[in-house]
Amino acid sequence: MEELIRKVYPVAQADYVSAGHASADIKRTLKQLGVGGDVLRRVAVASYEVELNLVIHSLGGDLTLRVLPDSVELISADRGPGIADISMAMREGFSTANDEARSLGFGAGMGLPNMKRNADRFDIQSTLGVGTTITMGFQLPAG
Amino acid sequence: MMEQTRYHSVRLDKEKCKGCTNCLRHCPTEAIRVRGGRAHILDTLCIDCGECIRICDYHAKIAVTDAMEDTRTFRYKIALPAPSLYGQFRGLIKPEYVLQALRLIGFDDVFEVARGADVVTRAIRERIKEPRFPKPIISSACPTVLRLIQVRFPELLDHVIDIRQPMEVAAEIARDEFCRKHDCEPEDVGCFFITPCPAKMTAIRNPIGQTKSALDGAISMVDLYGLLLPHVSKMIADPDYRPPTGYGIGWATTRGEATAVCPENSLAVDGIQNVIHVLEEIENDKLSDLTFFEGNACTGGCVGGPLTFENNYVAKNSIRKMVDAMPKTHPDTDVPSSWMTKYPLKTELPFEPNGAIKLDDNLAEAMRKMKRMNEIMERLPGYDCGSCGSPTCRAFAEDIVRGFCTEMDCIHILKNKLKVMAEEMVTLAQTTRE
Repeated sequence: MEELIRKVYPVAQADYVSAGHASADIKRTLKQLGVGGDVLRRVAVASYEVELNLVIHSLGGDLTLRVLPDSVELISADRGPGIADISMAMREGFSTANDEARSLGFGAGMGLPNMKRNADRFDIQSTLGVGTTITMGFQLPAG
Repeated sequence: MMEQTRYHSVRLDKEKCKGCTNCLRHCPTEAIRVRGGRAHILDTLCIDCGECIRICDYHAKIAVTDAMEDTRTFRYKIALPAPSLYGQFRGLIKPEYVLQALRLIGFDDVFEVARGADVVTRAIRERIKEPRFPKPIISSACPTVLRLIQVRFPELLDHVIDIRQPMEVAAEIARDEFCRKHDCEPEDVGCFFITPCPAKMTAIRNPIGQTKSALDGAISMVDLYGLLLPHVSKMIADPDYRPPTGYGIGWATTRGEATAVCPENSLAVDGIQNVIHVLEEIENDKLSDLTFFEGNACTGGCVGGPLTFENNYVAKNSIRKMVDAMPKTHPDTDVPSSWMTKYPLKTELPFEPNGAIKLDDNLAEAMRKMKRMNEIMERLPGYDCGSCGSPTCRAFAEDIVRGFCTEMDCIHILKNKLKVMAEEMVTLAQTTRE
């Protein structure tokens, strides 16, 4: 499918000040396109979770929004540290968040499961010492 | 382009506008453009918050409200003061002195909107027990916040409580009681809201969730202040006065509604930018453990409205003192049960999305425009200087795509273009000499 819109948002490690800016811009972009309702609600939740994941757990990376004729795609690609056990990380309640993140109310271990629940397609690839790539697809209603 | 078709209280005084760019960046919905040397308000995006009225050094942004003369078309005139009016008079102990002053300046009767707030409090408390609303339930009291949601957060409209505003309910009761007491027809009676903000005026002329307002107009608080002051200071008591609850009066300030409606699990926020930040969080589903959200466009709540006289912190303090001195009766017990069924308390129509931020109604066409917008943005300097007349480079790119201006309206692009042309001229001159 032809990619119509692509926006890349660099997200820095532990940058709590800017946390949420990428997700806010993604929502705004979709609203301008006329994407609303259920899809927008789910993209809102997933994009915020994935952005916060980059801030809290990664060494930094890029969040990319792709809009295709029939779907919206969010791709989070970080520079490490990578996830040792993906199936463990996908479990609700599992978290490796540090004390700083927990003191801010993050790290409840709901991030990845919440993303998966909200996306129509969810794929996670990770290599220790290299990084993690999460790809989420959201189907746009036909017509 | 851009002539007003939808009613707005907030207007531009063309004579006074210098065409500066102060207001551009302060508009929360990016509804202002400077074109042809003066500002234009985009009526599809304006939410009547009045931020531009506050920021304009030239007083070129105005709020149109009714004058006392406009009340004369009615045989009888009832004043419906917003509770924030009580915060305008320092040291005021009892609301009745203000009510008596309103009678002395020419109103036939007075009905406190704080009593409307009491009825609305009880109605909301009953309504939020039903599981129909996604959480948090959002207050519909501030018309600016409601319009903000319609423009920028349409996915949150089903969170908004479908109970009418206190001023509407107050007007229903006031007119009904007056007609019965004086044996006259409803159309003989004009109900005028004494307003702290332009948004309420707009909500009367162009209602949300209602085909027609129960009010006939609104008079600005600051316009009446001078007329009322000498009479308020006379402190004339009213032997028949039956006060609203302190909770109803508390609606004048931030957290007043939340305290009355859902003290156990609510969040109250004021200032339009703060409200936007919290609405983002609600949209990200980060506040679903909350039952009730009260958002006020103005700092301090209604006492901070653009049409108030007193400093909003001082007014808030006055209201707090007044409320503290009142009995702690809750609207649940104070409001007659018969009123709960006698008057229409629910909104008639659903709250609709505004849709003006969409680049196009057709998704494919919107995507083409967005793509072009992103390409244009890469050529723009990103200074957000406003020299082009659009609030940000992004809004400028959008305005180009929408066909309202061209890239050469960007002074920085023009400068570069001129530089290139000048260089070409020099080269050309040199070549032709040879």
